[in-house]
Amino acid sequence: MRAAPVTATIAGTRLDTLDVLEAEAIHIIREVVAEFERPVLLFSGGKDSVVVLHLAAKAFFPGRVPFPVLHVDTGHNFPEVIAFRDETVERLGVRLEVASVQDYIDDGRLHERADGTRNPLQTLPLLDAIAAGKHDAVFGGARRDEDKARAKERIISLRDEFGQWDPRNQRPELWSLYNGRHTPGQHVRAFPISNWTELDVWRYLERESIPLPPLYFAHEREVYAREGMWRAVGEFSPARPNETIERRVVRYRTVGDMSCTGAVESDAADLTSIVAEIARSTLTERGATRADDRISEAAMEDRKKDGYF
Amino acid sequence: MSTVHEARRTGLGTSTLFRFATAGSVDDGKSTLVGRLLHDSKAILADQLEQVARTSAERGFAHGAFDFALLTDGLRAEREQGITIDVAYRYFSTGSRSFILADCPGHVQYTRNMVTGATTADAVIVLIDGRKGVLEQTRRHLAVIALLRVPHVIVAVNKIDLLDYSQDAFARVAAQVAAVTDELGIEDVHVIPVSALEGDNIVDRSDHTPWYDGPALLELLEALPGQDELDRAQDAFRLPVQLVLRPQGGLSPQVAHEDAEALRDFRASAGRISSGTVRVGDAVQIFPSGIRTTVSGLAVGGVPVEHAAAPQSVSVQLAEDVDAARGAVIVAAGTLPEARREIDAELFQLDARPLVTGARVLVKHGTSTVQAVVAQIESRYDLDALIHEPADTLAANDIGRARLRLAADLPLELYSANRASGSFLVIHPSDGATLAAGIVRD
Repeated sequence: MRAAPVTATIAGTRLDTLDVLEAEAIHIIREVVAEFERPVLLFSGGKDSVVVLHLAAKAFFPGRVPFPVLHVDTGHNFPEVIAFRDETVERLGVRLEVASVQDYIDDGRLHERADGTRNPLQTLPLLDAIAAGKHDAVFGGARRDEDKARAKERIISLRDEFGQWDPRNQRPELWSLYNGRHTPGQHVRAFPISNWTELDVWRYLERESIPLPPLYFAHEREVYAREGMWRAVGEFSPARPNETIERRVVRYRTVGDMSCTGAVESDAADLTSIVAEIARSTLTERGATRADDRISEAAMEDRKKDGYF
Repeated sequence: MSTVHEARRTGLGTSTLFRFATAGSVDDGKSTLVGRLLHDSKAILADQLEQVARTSAERGFAHGAFDFALLTDGLRAEREQGITIDVAYRYFSTGSRSFILADCPGHVQYTRNMVTGATTADAVIVLIDGRKGVLEQTRRHLAVIALLRVPHVIVAVNKIDLLDYSQDAFARVAAQVAAVTDELGIEDVHVIPVSALEGDNIVDRSDHTPWYDGPALLELLEALPGQDELDRAQDAFRLPVQLVLRPQGGLSPQVAHEDAEALRDFRASAGRISSGTVRVGDAVQIFPSGIRTTVSGLAVGGVPVEHAAAPQSVSVQLAEDVDAARGAVIVAAGTLPEARREIDAELFQLDARPLVTGARVLVKHGTSTVQAVVAQIESRYDLDALIHEPADTLAANDIGRARLRLAADLPLELYSANRASGSFLVIHPSDGATLAAGIVRD
C-alpha cells in the first residue's frame, strides 16, 4: 500500500499539523520584523532555537535573516554546542552577539552559586545585552508545553525595563492580531513556536532535515548517575568521590549547561529513531533531563518573572 | 534552499490540528474534565503525574486521588488560592489529530478569558453541571460564543453519574440548551451526557448511557472539521501583506550560485492567507489602490508552489511592479473590499478602564494600525436578558455596540462573512494596552 502524500499543494486536502504550525510561526516572525526596529533571536544551539532560526530563514528566503542572534554563554556549555553555533551562523549568514556570564564573574558583577549551576546567572547578562543592542523584540524558542508557567505565556509578551514578566497582567491574545506596542525601555519577547510540542519539534527537524549538535544523537560517553539522570564527566561537571564513572551510550533530550543537564540512555542515532523514541517516552523532557527545574513547582515562574527566557 | 527538492518525510502518520476551548467553572467539574481528557489520552507523563500526586497528597486528597486542577493552574498565585486566573494552553494528540486546548477559567474576568479562547477556537466545550441545568453563566458563555461565531459548540452535561445516568434528566437539560442556542442562533450544537469523574463518554462511549447514541467527546473532537478547512471554504482570496521581501544584495548564503543573478531584482509580498486559495496565474487586485495584476510566482516558506490556501504563510510575486507593501491586501480580482472610514462594531471591553464616547484609540486590523475615535457608544448587551440596553460607557467585561471613526481607510468586512477581515483590536494610544476586541457587525 502506498500512502497518499499529504501536502498543501493539492486543493481540498487537509494541511498537516506541522504545515499549520509552520505557517503560524512564520507569520509571527514576519509580524515582529515588520513592527519592531531591532529584533534579536536568543540562540543557544539547542533544538528549539535551531527550529526558530530555520523558520526565520524560510520566512525571508531568498533574503537573509534580517536580525542577529544572541547567545548567552554561561561558560559551562558543551564544546560541541559552541562549535555547532559557530557553523550555523556561518551557514546562514547571520551575525552572532555573545553575552558572557564568565566576564561578569571575572569582574565581580556576578558571583558563582554554591550549587555550581550558572543557569540563573544568565538573566543579568541577557538584560544588559538587550539594552546594549537596543533590542525592542527578543525571539525565543520557548514552548507552552514545557512547563506550567510557560503554558500561561503569550506569543508576544511584554517586559518592563527590568525585563520582568507580570503573569497576572498580560494582554489578551485575540485572533491572530498580535499587539506589540510598547513604551521606551520596554521590550517584547516573541515565541513563534509557543504552540509546538516536543514531538512536533522533532518531527519538524526530521521533515526538514535540519542539522543539530551531535549531543542529541546516541553516542558513547563517560557518565555518572546523579538525581536519576546520567551526567557527563567534564570540566564543569566532575563526579563526586562517591559517584561511579562508567561508559554508556546516551543522548541528550535538551541541551543546557553541562552542570545542570542530564543525558538519557538511548540508541537513537538519527532523527527518525528519535521521533519514535519521543513518541514512546513516558517522561517530559524537563523532568527527564533538567536539574534546574526540579527545585520547586514554581522554579520556572520565578526565573521568568526576573527576566529569564 | 536545501529543503526545496527534498521529499517530505513523516516519521509517524500525519495528523491535523484542531483548536478548542473549554468554558465553565471549577464547580461544573471543568478541571476534572480537562484532567480526564489529558490523562485518558495519555498526554500526562509520569513525572507530571507524580508531581500532581505529591501535591494532591500534601493538600489532603485521599491516597491515589488527583487534584486535576494542579495540572492547569500554572502560577503560584493560582495554586495558593485554588483559582485559575488566566487562560492556560494544553496540548495532546490522538492518532489522527493534534489538539490545542485553551482552558478558560470561569470565575474571574470570565468574558475576557472566554473571548480570548473563542477567537482562535474551532470548537468550544461548554460544561454544565447536569444537576443544575442551564445557569446564567451558561447563557453568558453561549452568548459570547454566538457573537464570536465559533464554528462548533459542544455542550457537555456533566455529573450524569450523580443523576443515576437518567435519560429523562439528560433530556430536560438538553431541552434547556436547545432553547438558549435557538434563541442565540447557534447552529452547530452537540450535547453529550458525560461524567468527567468516572470517564463516561469522554474517550469511549459509556455502557451506562445506552440511550445515548451519539459520539463520545474525544470522538467528536476528532471528527469535526477544522478552521483551515472552513477558512478555505470562504472562497474570496485575502492576503494581508506583512512586508515586502526584497533582498537585493543581501541574498541568503543558501541561495545556489547559479540562481543569484536571477534573484537580484527579486521582489515579493509576504503574508499569511486569511481566507480562500490562490494559484500561480490568478488575477488579483490590490487594496487600497484597486490595481489589477496577476500572480506570477508563489512560495511557501521559500519553497516554490503552484497553489496555496488559508492559513498558509506565503510570498507572492506579482506580474507588474505595483505597490503591495504592509497594510495592503491582495485579493481575488473582482472581490475588492470597500474602503471604510467607519465601523459599526460589537466591542468586547477587556481593559479595567471603561471605554467612553469620544475616546481616542488605535484600531489594529490585519496588518494596519490606524488612529480612531469612539464616535458613539450605542448600547450594552445584557447577557442575562439577551437584549441591548442604551449605554454611553462600556466597563470591563461588558459587550456593547459602538460606532468608530477611522483616520484612514481600512478594508473592513462583516465578521459574519469573514472572521479575519471582520475583527480588530482597540488599543490605548499611549500605553499600548489592548482595551477591547472588536468585530464588524451586520
